[in-house]
Amino acid sequence: MRFTEEHEWLRVEGDVVVVGITEHAAEQLGDVVFVELPEIEAMVAKGDEVCVIESVKAASDILAPVDGEIVEVNEALVDTPALVNEDPQGDAWFFKMKLDDLGVLDDFMSEDEYKEFLG
Amino acid sequence: MSDTQTDLRRTPLHALHLELGAKMMPFAGYDMPVQYPLGVMGEHLHCRAKAGLFDVSHMGQVILRGPGAALALERLVPVALAELPEGRQRYAMFTNDAGGILDDLMVANRGDHLLAVVNAACKAADLAHLRANLPELDVAEVTDRALLALQGPRAEAVLAALLPDIAKMRFMDVANHDWNGVPLWVSRSGYTGEDGFEISVPEAQAEEFARVLLAHADVAPIGLGARDSLRLEAGLCLYGNDIDTTTTPVEAALSWAIQKARRNGGARAGGFAGADVILPQLAQGAARQRVGLRPQGRAPMRAGTPLFATQDSAAQIGTITSGGFGPSVERPVAMGYVPAEYAGAETELWAELRGKRLPVRVAALPFRPSTYCK
Repeated sequence: MRFTEEHEWLRVEGDVVVVGITEHAAEQLGDVVFVELPEIEAMVAKGDEVCVIESVKAASDILAPVDGEIVEVNEALVDTPALVNEDPQGDAWFFKMKLDDLGVLDDFMSEDEYKEFLG
Repeated sequence: MSDTQTDLRRTPLHALHLELGAKMMPFAGYDMPVQYPLGVMGEHLHCRAKAGLFDVSHMGQVILRGPGAALALERLVPVALAELPEGRQRYAMFTNDAGGILDDLMVANRGDHLLAVVNAACKAADLAHLRANLPELDVAEVTDRALLALQGPRAEAVLAALLPDIAKMRFMDVANHDWNGVPLWVSRSGYTGEDGFEISVPEAQAEEFARVLLAHADVAPIGLGARDSLRLEAGLCLYGNDIDTTTTPVEAALSWAIQKARRNGGARAGGFAGADVILPQLAQGAARQRVGLRPQGRAPMRAGTPLFATQDSAAQIGTITSGGFGPSVERPVAMGYVPAEYAGAETELWAELRGKRLPVRVAALPFRPSTYCK
């Protein structure tokens, strides 16, 4: 698993990358009450706002961590936003992306590096 | 300039908040608990199911003394205070010459004085306003007392274990109570829509008193996050969001707080700042009104969200002033201002969220029936 400075995790699954938010991010957000997912087949660029997450406290965005195509989204989060708090690094993945080159993932932090980043 | 960690003020319960694991944030110049480990949702639901303890010591407690204090204070509020009986309190608002609201407050008749409880952010301005306009009164801020609120269906039972006479109090009663020799000023009121009490306690005993309440299995500490979602479900205004100097009490749907005595034809009609704006609005209605709003989808709509009459109309007709998710009603809820012709219950409006128009319906307030002990 790789981690971004925006507190997202990325996991390679065959030829796609699964994206979610870290336990730290979920805890910071508090109780999630609303999730808006991107359209399937959308072509997104790194830094695009692709998901909206709202907690009781505030709204925030998930940014596309890399360029690519959205190939699958986790509809379960729309019906059960609380999944994001229950299992952020497991069942509560947000979307899957197809990349031109999986090699770009090497630029992101390993789990140890992310832990160090959190301090 | 003011909100750096170093110059934030602390309430007498600050150390207790840290001990309880609160997440702290600056609020109105104070370092305040926004949530405890239970989280905003859990705290909100706990308060509605059992009892929640809030530290509201940042709010201003102001004593007004002098002959005819109640009648004098009527010059600054459109509320009838002269006949407010001893042991009772009333909701009021300071108005300006344009009919706008400078702050909202509670005023209690405590026999030989009035006790006003005002918003933290307005406290300094309110004191200056009172002193400038009521020079015949002695206006003193209470600086040696904490203010706690115990709210929820179990509040009475929890507090009655310490203060047996508490059960005799009714909604908006105020009374002195003695807790092991500690003088408490108690009112049966709050900011959650629940039955409950607000308790002014000397700062030296505040932490001990809070610990005794928290030791009860039914009591959990509640932060500012849940305080906001609780008052929103209860349809109560937040000063600075839902009411301010640009909104009159009539526009804010607070006409119920203006008694007959202060209205046209009443015994003491007018005679308060902004009466020439507010009294005609009371008689004829205001051009816009604060209403409850129910987003029809699942997306919360927060303060600042613009409102439109139709899905594609260009002109904005109103704005959401408070909004979020209501944990007890299990849906997003909001309040905002709309023109009077759109203020009828169930009127369908459109809110623009992230570039998309989403339907929202005018709703009766409160979103959840209040459970005051009347």
